[in-house]
Amino acid sequence: MDKRTSLYDRHVALNAQIQPFAGYLMPIRYTTVVKEHMAVREGVGAFDLSHMGEFRLRGSDSTAFLDFILTNDADVENGQAFYSAMCYPDGGIVDDLIVYRISRDEYLMVVNASNIEKDWAWVTSHVQNMDVELTNESDDTTLVAVQGPLSQQVAAGLTDADLDSLGYYHHLSGVFAGREALIARTGYTGEDGFEVYVRNEDGLAVWDAVMEAGREHGIVPIGLGARDTLRLEVGYPLYGNDIDHSITPIEAKLGWVVKLKTDKDFIGREVLARQKEDKPARLLIGMDVLGKGFPRHGTELFDGDRKIGIVTSGSLAPALGHGVCLGLVERGFHKLETEFEAEVRGRRLTVAVTKVPFYKDGSRR
Amino acid sequence: MSNIPDDVRYTETHEWVRRDGDRFTIGLTDHAQSEMGEIVMVELPEIDSQAARGEALGALEAVKTAEDFYSALDGTVAEVNTQLEASPDLINEDPYGKGWLVVVRGSDPSHFDSLMTAEQYASFIGE
Repeated sequence: MDKRTSLYDRHVALNAQIQPFAGYLMPIRYTTVVKEHMAVREGVGAFDLSHMGEFRLRGSDSTAFLDFILTNDADVENGQAFYSAMCYPDGGIVDDLIVYRISRDEYLMVVNASNIEKDWAWVTSHVQNMDVELTNESDDTTLVAVQGPLSQQVAAGLTDADLDSLGYYHHLSGVFAGREALIARTGYTGEDGFEVYVRNEDGLAVWDAVMEAGREHGIVPIGLGARDTLRLEVGYPLYGNDIDHSITPIEAKLGWVVKLKTDKDFIGREVLARQKEDKPARLLIGMDVLGKGFPRHGTELFDGDRKIGIVTSGSLAPALGHGVCLGLVERGFHKLETEFEAEVRGRRLTVAVTKVPFYKDGSRR
Repeated sequence: MSNIPDDVRYTETHEWVRRDGDRFTIGLTDHAQSEMGEIVMVELPEIDSQAARGEALGALEAVKTAEDFYSALDGTVAEVNTQLEASPDLINEDPYGKGWLVVVRGSDPSHFDSLMTAEQYASFIGE
């Protein structure tokens, strides 16, 4: 039986196309993916992301523990957040995640919905003798995201917290729509916006307040379909498509979250250090499609008759009007403006390596 | 239950065809647009290019899948629906009206007569 988020009835009332995803019945779209995508780019949208996983970490060894299981530096300021990879000893990726530091000894880890069980088993198996206590709050947490250039205008009316001075990748614990919440300036769209974490029993109140406050700004509910086109349009990887156990963060161009310059010893460090030194044989890059059509996950990439790579995510970029994709290619084909071909339904599309984000006008601070 | 109007004929590749003398308008059936999901990009043939019965005329890209669409008859491409460039979702919204794809000037009208009727198509898709 698939689970329902606390907001399920709202999606039904809004006529969403609902499908199972990661064990939850989720809204894929309410109108069209393209309309919802553009609403976030131009105005403001509200997302139900309650399917995501949340693990609370407490204890005097919290920072040391995260420094061990994550590639990025966990010793950020209280009220700050960071993005990281979590790796296997062979350098492959267990998951990518965001971590919010709440206090010296308390963090909230937010993981991909599709990896909750796997991540929980992985994380808890590494506690050993450290002074850390982990709680899986995934089933008890409702997450409402408000994203788009008008986000702050909508959110500001629902909280006394000073959102103006809340910077990107920062968060605070406060009151939102009259309910206790963790309010974070984070998101997966490339636009300015907030992710508001509340208890399930407060979910409907928060959603309804957001939709009401957003009414005068033309707020639109956004499904998982547009969530995917929005993140791809700014080049963010999706676990399961672009990254998984078979790729390292060095190959995925996530070296910036792999802290090799410090001497922190994290799982996978040895392999990643060596790979960075030797330069990876393949790299995850962004490509523009020149012309019509677009490749999808699994599309093969060719230089003449020779296969040189594979597409990991592909779609139309609604704000750009052409196709874009992420893919893994042999070193040598990864340089900007290199052109090669994607074979789609027996025909060849020309693609050119480009810098991500594809869409460069996001309002993200 | 999809919409299967009886003023058009149907192909096994889920196109509908409407006859007007030697001009045949081709589109995608309601059943097919519903299966494909939201269409975001359409590739249409060139005007005056050759159409051949059973061969691809163009392609439809949806968010989750892509399909070619086929000509039901031999002939020449007389017109294409240029509105679909900016609004490909017309195919989803109004598949038998504003979402039409191509007009082919047919060279052999018997091709049309051999297409399925609405009743036959309904059976074909199991409705």
